[in-house]
Amino acid sequence: MYQPEFEAMPTEELRGLQLDRLRTVLRRVYDNVPLYRDKFDAAGVSPEIGSLEDLSAFPFTVKNDMRSAYPYGMFAVPLKEIVRVHSSSGTTGQITVVGYTKGDIERWSDLMARTLVCAGATDEDVVQVTYGYGLFTGGLGAHYGSERLGAVTIPISGGNTKRQVQVMKDFGTTILACTPSYALLIAETAQEMGIDLHELPLKAGIFGAEPWSENMRLQVEEILGCKAIDIYGLSEIIGPGVASECSEQHGLHVNEDHFLIEIVDPETLQPVPDGETGEVVFTTLTKEGIPVIRYRTRDISRIIPGECPCGRGFRRMERVTGRSDDMLIIRGVNVFPSQIEQVLAGIPGVAPHYQVILDKRGSMDTVEVHVEVAPDMFFDEIRELEALQNRVRGEIQSALAVSIAVKLVEPKSIERSQGKAKRVIDKRS
Amino acid sequence: MIEQLSVFIENKAGRLAELTRTLSGAGVNMRALILADTAEFGVVRIICDRPHDAKRVLEENGFGVSITQVIAVQVPDAPGGLAEVLEVFGKEEINVEYAYCFVEPGSEYAVDIFKVDDERATAVLQNAGLKVVPSEQLYARD
Repeated sequence: MYQPEFEAMPTEELRGLQLDRLRTVLRRVYDNVPLYRDKFDAAGVSPEIGSLEDLSAFPFTVKNDMRSAYPYGMFAVPLKEIVRVHSSSGTTGQITVVGYTKGDIERWSDLMARTLVCAGATDEDVVQVTYGYGLFTGGLGAHYGSERLGAVTIPISGGNTKRQVQVMKDFGTTILACTPSYALLIAETAQEMGIDLHELPLKAGIFGAEPWSENMRLQVEEILGCKAIDIYGLSEIIGPGVASECSEQHGLHVNEDHFLIEIVDPETLQPVPDGETGEVVFTTLTKEGIPVIRYRTRDISRIIPGECPCGRGFRRMERVTGRSDDMLIIRGVNVFPSQIEQVLAGIPGVAPHYQVILDKRGSMDTVEVHVEVAPDMFFDEIRELEALQNRVRGEIQSALAVSIAVKLVEPKSIERSQGKAKRVIDKRS
Repeated sequence: MIEQLSVFIENKAGRLAELTRTLSGAGVNMRALILADTAEFGVVRIICDRPHDAKRVLEENGFGVSITQVIAVQVPDAPGGLAEVLEVFGKEEINVEYAYCFVEPGSEYAVDIFKVDDERATAVLQNAGLKVVPSEQLYARD
């Protein structure tokens, strides 16, 4: 453990610490963020709470609150105290900005150091940070954690897979940080290059930013010849470092001294007991730049009851199994298919009827969007139809920030259904 | 100008059969059919005896149809017939988007169909002494 004084804190003591911190953060947002003051007043709740359970009377925060507050409306400190901003992965239309104080960066570094230690890392390791650097939280989050731990940090960022393999071999990488699907691509590329990853010193990977199955974990572990650790985080809460598996690989320990987790029924929005499945809701306990109260992640999971043999006291959340909205994660990017409809509505010659087909080619997600041509105003020349197809592809790609293929299909050929349209066909798992 | 049906179809087995069966079911007689295709989709261009009836019945059966204005030129069914027309367009710098031809059995003439985006086209052809075919000669006005 990196910080056993917290990670193995007795439960009673931990709950006490959480309550103290919760009171402080509720008071801070009430005093400094008009949105929270208005919400708390409207709900008739006061920051002076008596127990952790009192939090369930507080209003939720949703993605749209953060969007409406764009860019800085939910910051709880003056901008002079902010030293870094990141934004949510995903798309230009849906961007949200999160700010970090010096103290936030300090704590985040500790959290990511914990995550690396969960994967078995020490200050003698060589960490290849293949998460993207930039506005996305993954790259810099892992980078600071690795430096905090004292490991050799390779800030290679994503892309150029052959170079990733070469660096991994030449620099003696022992810990790889990237999305699980990219880990598979690296492995396939290594095979093509005739490099046997099993002969390299790689011992573990911290893989996150997209959902993956247990089968995929086994595949990754076998082909990379290393332990594959699932990590969890989201930029609205802090980025990576919210929760991580330990060497037991049975659930992700939530860093409960910094984040309060609730599981709520997605219909009634009432908290459910440990063990029951529902939507994950987080409250940040120590964030200064942009504290978040009861943030609805839309991720579906549950708390795994019982203690973990690793000795950490933090409760474990199960691997995320789904979403309570239409969001898809494609190659690590958050994608809302409903955005496609908006794009299509602005292009003459096509109808706003579409279907998204997700599949895999090798280890990479592929996306094909089927779009209906307009019933009677399509172009009769192949050249113009191809130009239309390219325009649709270009506009969807720039809206979603992922590369896709577009197939023009006949009018009324996409099945219309009552109620919720079957917009997404996911053949990936 | 001639009214040509343009039908968008995906490249999948049996789709062209469905299209032609739909037309035959409505008693539509085709004079010409040509398929322009890519790997994924195609455009079927049809000249038939009742274009508006044909459009309606195809739409009722789920096809995407539009009517495109094309020019028909009657040329002798002999070497150089088409080249002569194209040379006239070329001299006037009129760009041909696409073209196709058909010959009626037993006839000494061929009909060349052109899609051009230039309002001068018909006049240019007539001034060059070429025979632009009126629609009545190819199909009924429905």
